[in-house]
Amino acid sequence: MLNYLWAGMILTGIVYAAATGRIPDVTNAAVDSAKEAVALCVTMTGVISLWSGLMEIASAAGIIRSISGKMQPLLKFLYPDLPAGHPAQKSIAANMIANFLGLGWAATPAGLKAMEELGKLEDDRRSGRMSGPARRKGTAGNEMCTFLIVNISSLQLIPVNVIAYRSQYGSVNPSAIIGAGIAATAVSTGTAVIFCRMMERMKKR
Amino acid sequence: MRILLFLSDFIVPFIIFLIICFGILKRIQVYDTFVKGARSGFLTVAGILPTLIGLMTAVGILRASGFLNWLSGLLGRITVCIGFPGELVPLAVVRMFSSSAAAGLLLDVYKEYGTDSFLGLAASIAMSCTETIFYTMSVYFMAVKVTKTRYTLTGALAATGAGLAASVILAGMMI
Repeated sequence: MLNYLWAGMILTGIVYAAATGRIPDVTNAAVDSAKEAVALCVTMTGVISLWSGLMEIASAAGIIRSISGKMQPLLKFLYPDLPAGHPAQKSIAANMIANFLGLGWAATPAGLKAMEELGKLEDDRRSGRMSGPARRKGTAGNEMCTFLIVNISSLQLIPVNVIAYRSQYGSVNPSAIIGAGIAATAVSTGTAVIFCRMMERMKKR
Repeated sequence: MRILLFLSDFIVPFIIFLIICFGILKRIQVYDTFVKGARSGFLTVAGILPTLIGLMTAVGILRASGFLNWLSGLLGRITVCIGFPGELVPLAVVRMFSSSAAAGLLLDVYKEYGTDSFLGLAASIAMSCTETIFYTMSVYFMAVKVTKTRYTLTGALAATGAGLAASVILAGMMI
């Protein structure tokens, strides 16, 4: 899917640009975007390393374990087939908390760790050490799908940057959208959870 | 409002303070541990760099070609029939690909229609209840070498669609 998506974006772009005479723009965009990606990574290296370091302390101090313990009912609800105490639970919990608080940079390392642990879970399922459906290598497990769909549904409670933009552009009440934002986030996340549940049910039959 | 911005200013230092305090209380070699974690974070970023170059090049090409504008125009004509304002379609489409480009379009909406207009409110809410689908999917899936993503994209689009619909309805209620 990712392969087709990526190829589709590039091919569509080039064909459309050729048809509308924007080929020079595409050339520039290709080179500039590649450069931009490196610049972004340089920025990311600092912030992500900072948060990874802090997360390491938090996990050594047992903070993350106690948070994931408190979130057990929620984790059990979202990931019914993920055994309690699995290392992925801790990373998922840390990722969710960081997302709630709007700390995107802190959420990324925890999220990547969670995906890694879920990958190991899939390995264990393939070799029969863990219960659950065994899938071929390179295929997303149910937990991975749920984790990403819930992440994409946005969990941030207070959209700090949107509020900042609003006040910058002269809103009389920049934070007026907080309530509505939480409601809309609840709708999108609710949809995500219902969707994942339906897919899991369907696949089980 | 003041309190919120104040809190959001404080949240990062507060969390750092809390984590280090706990670390010291638990008698952890905090600096050593930090460096160990930072090293793995550093390697993580180095690992996703190729993915990011690929993704951002694809997004850059797609945006520069004008295809997204054409798609937004087309979708805009359809969505008006179901009550979703056509002015917000470019924002909704671009939001799935790039967070920074979407922020630019959000500011355009503010300049053109005002932050507290129906469109300004709907755009603000839509921005806060959605995420960049393609960025999230490629970074996380590529990190674990998964290419068969099954129903992730469909689910992500469903969640985003529901969020967008909710934004327009909620903004309508606020006016």
